[in-house]
Amino acid sequence: MEVGKSVPRVDAFDKVTGRARYADDLCPRPVLEAKILHSTIANGWVKSMDISRAQALPGVVKVLTCFDVPAHQYPTPGHPWSVEEAHQDVSDRKLLNRRVRIYGDDIAAVVAQDALTAQRALELIQVEYETYPPLLTPEQAMADGVKPLHEEFPGNVLKRHVSEIPMPESDFKCAGDVLSFPGYHQFHGHYETQQVQHCHLENPVSWAYVEGGRITVVTSTQIPHIVRRVVGQALGIPWGSVRILKPYIGGGFGNKQEVLYEPLNAWLCTQVGGRTVRLDLSREETFQNTRSRHPISFDVRAAVDGDGFLMARECIAVSNQGGYASHGHAIVSNAVTGFRQTYLDQLAHRSEAWTVYTNIASPGAMRGYGIPQCNFACECMMDDIALQFGLDPYQFRYQNLMPPGYVDPLNGITCHSTGARECLEKGREFIDWDRLRREYQGQSGPVRRGVGMAVFSYKTGVWPISLETSSARVVLNQDGTVQLQLGATEIGQGGDTVFSQMAAQAIGIPTEDVHIVSTQDTDTAPFDTGAYASRQTYVTGHAIKKAGLLFREKVLAYARELLKRPGELDIRGREVVDAASGEGLLTLAELASEAFYSLDHCVHITAEATSQCKENTFSFGCCFAEIEVDIPVGKIKVLNIVNVHDSGRLINPKLAEAQVHGGMSMGLGYALSEEMKYDPKTGRLLNGNLLDYKLPTALDHPELHALFVETDDPSGPFGNKSLGEPPAIPVAAAVRNALLHATGVAVNTLPLSPQRLLEAFRKGGLL
Amino acid sequence: MYDIASIYEAKSVDDAIRALKEDPGALIIAGGTDVLIKVREGKLSGCRLVSIHGLIEELSGVVLTPGGDIEIGPLTTFRQVAEDPVIRARIPVLGQAVDQAGGPQLRAVGTIGGNVCNGITSADSASTLMALDARLRVKGPRGEREVPISQWYKGVGRVDLAPYELLVKLVIPRENYEGYTGHYIKYAMRNAMDIATLGVSCLVKLDEQRRIVDDVCLAFGVAGPVPMRSYGAEAAVRGLPVEQAVSAIGKAALEDVNPRDSWRASKALRLQLVEELSARALAEAARKGGAAV
Repeated sequence: MEVGKSVPRVDAFDKVTGRARYADDLCPRPVLEAKILHSTIANGWVKSMDISRAQALPGVVKVLTCFDVPAHQYPTPGHPWSVEEAHQDVSDRKLLNRRVRIYGDDIAAVVAQDALTAQRALELIQVEYETYPPLLTPEQAMADGVKPLHEEFPGNVLKRHVSEIPMPESDFKCAGDVLSFPGYHQFHGHYETQQVQHCHLENPVSWAYVEGGRITVVTSTQIPHIVRRVVGQALGIPWGSVRILKPYIGGGFGNKQEVLYEPLNAWLCTQVGGRTVRLDLSREETFQNTRSRHPISFDVRAAVDGDGFLMARECIAVSNQGGYASHGHAIVSNAVTGFRQTYLDQLAHRSEAWTVYTNIASPGAMRGYGIPQCNFACECMMDDIALQFGLDPYQFRYQNLMPPGYVDPLNGITCHSTGARECLEKGREFIDWDRLRREYQGQSGPVRRGVGMAVFSYKTGVWPISLETSSARVVLNQDGTVQLQLGATEIGQGGDTVFSQMAAQAIGIPTEDVHIVSTQDTDTAPFDTGAYASRQTYVTGHAIKKAGLLFREKVLAYARELLKRPGELDIRGREVVDAASGEGLLTLAELASEAFYSLDHCVHITAEATSQCKENTFSFGCCFAEIEVDIPVGKIKVLNIVNVHDSGRLINPKLAEAQVHGGMSMGLGYALSEEMKYDPKTGRLLNGNLLDYKLPTALDHPELHALFVETDDPSGPFGNKSLGEPPAIPVAAAVRNALLHATGVAVNTLPLSPQRLLEAFRKGGLL
Repeated sequence: MYDIASIYEAKSVDDAIRALKEDPGALIIAGGTDVLIKVREGKLSGCRLVSIHGLIEELSGVVLTPGGDIEIGPLTTFRQVAEDPVIRARIPVLGQAVDQAGGPQLRAVGTIGGNVCNGITSADSASTLMALDARLRVKGPRGEREVPISQWYKGVGRVDLAPYELLVKLVIPRENYEGYTGHYIKYAMRNAMDIATLGVSCLVKLDEQRRIVDDVCLAFGVAGPVPMRSYGAEAAVRGLPVEQAVSAIGKAALEDVNPRDSWRASKALRLQLVEELSARALAEAARKGGAAV
């Protein structure tokens, strides 16, 4: 079995020795450097621009402004293109924009012989603005009389939707009836999550050149095939004239599931005669001008019966979209859906979701895609209900969990397998829940301890919301090893390793005999929409399995032709064997040599398959956290923390564990310290750098524990379900609920920073 | 991308002073952990630099003088200060303080002299050097002079360095550390790679029974525009039994400080920290001195 083994990462040695090459390592030098002029207002118009001094600076090749770009708008999110116009992404930006919608919006660009000259040229450009007040919250943006950010959306509401699940026969007509029924416990709460960023190590960087009338962009992206399409759309050129190369990348976490600066880079290149132009974003630009996690505020209600069963819930979510639509309404839509799914409502559920344009830096996709937000609201609510109505928070969750066989009444996603209850049991035992809940009851004094938990469910891919497709190609080498070619991408998560294991498993060869082609070149890589959701082991896994089995059949057919003997054949290790006796008959090296060089029947054995995945499934898990709160200084120290996951069968247990550690780390930053802050007067991002933005360091982490419950999911290619995003989901609520346990103070806004804690402690009479 | 017009690598302290005289607009660069950040941010675009980075022999190292004073060369890195045997044996609180600056890479190049000359209230060495009443020896075209650190800070980012002057020595007089134990608390939003929201350094000298506070020196970073001593609080608790001193020092310190409201932290948060951490720093310093608190 190659699947299920902790084989070392296929890229481990190259990455730790610095041999692995990333986009910028491949860039030829010298190269023309591009720099972007960012607006110094958050909301308004560029009235005019004087570029004469910049243009005159020696070493400047070209200055281009928002007055020079093509007039049409294009979409940027990394979604599969929809052939139905109604489902296509919102096209709301140009390559450079006269209408300024965020502080630091892209309004001009300089191409120069070197970066310093380009930078100096930017400082010589004179801009005249028409300025409006910055609108930083949905409330401000939806107020009467404010100027719309996009003329297509006059009230600044990108989208609003309401949904209710069908109700069983009863006296209640709608969710509202159940929620206000006096016979049930009635609960309402308000929770808010903040804007955070991915903080991948490698900032977005790309370089572009023209060759043979076609443009090539080498870029740090999660989604090369989508970048190809969007560059084509943005420049108004045929998609086939665009070639995208994606080498190793230093992390993405969803920020690079967006077409960021590749279109501008490509366009600038075409404006300087196709010479190679490099566009390298600074960390500050990455914060200000690329994507982030949406701040979402939640108003929730619940009705609970006397036995602690959820009768109905309501979730009203308002998502702050910033200046551009990016993934738009899809994220808050996913958030209210995720809020609905983890627990079963006996009677009714109502969702209402808003996406509102404002002038903050535009959020987009980020690990968990709306679910970390809704999980905070949902899991704070579960603890608050338990506290208010005297229920045990563990038991209350346990008895309301999504049952096996659950089918979402609105999108049909089905619970094919669940280890949710076992996850809870395992976590409870690991953290010693019962003892700690007792022991930490009713403490006094300045330093107190508490233990909290949170549960989540997470769908694996994006079907049926959008298309799921993947293709894989297996090619025989002369020595009997194979090459695996995919459109799915390695983004640091270990994709290449588990893809290799899956191919090896399907074919019947050792993983080290699978040579994966890590770089995607859209000219040659099979089509796949890329690394996002938690889809690749699930969706691409099906394609690999299909191509692998096809390849295996072709190899065996050729073996039968060579061996001319009766009986079933099989591939084991590096040999074709008699299936019944296991007797070795022909090595794969011998077979390959014959296939490549046979004077009789020469054939290059290859297999290619597309798998369209019209299935989806839920993974589950939970987090248990034990904390210590230093009340007078407002600090939380996490003493012990564990995530328990049901992600189906693990393809590579060690990598799975590492994936969980990374997600927990992201969750801890979300819980305790990370937050993008703006100047209310100007709309400028105040802390867009890694000093002022408090990403936790190694010294801020406790030991991270990861446990698994392995179910065998019938819909997964190898029994597997999602794991990429889920680890980041439940941490914040678990820490917050531990704080509630320790102090009795409910903090309903993230992050749980010292400032916020001290204010809450003072209000709660603790100080 | 660093917009630097020129850099001159000085061959000696005198050569550096000469170079500064020749080019009055030039800036001194030592470890570079402050200057290069400003250059990258565009605040010093096109700057001309005089580097003293290579003057290790003249300006680096810790020496215990025959009289018992401790002399620290300004080019001594944070790491060297933290690991120095003289510092560890006689003023461990200073080593403890500088060991909390930035991360390991920064501490390997950032210098204690730069930390002091940068004139920033959050400097990790500053509050402890204030508590120790360090003396700063500077050299200029007209020779050397010594400035007590209490008169060093002139405002945000401004220190008592005349044109063409260089800091050449930090001196901790024997009477300022002997018999004292100290504790530094850096309060920041992270445990590494961060700037203090508040820094508190407390030195204490106890009576022979380890019960009474004979003397105390309390100093803060980020409690005002420049590093500061809390003389009022010191006077308020001097002569008190340790436990009483610990419970009184925080409130008394509030009278001395003047932190500001900023988006990084509110004034209320900083005041709360001044009160709480003064007590904790004194208690811990006294504990190190043998008090049972």
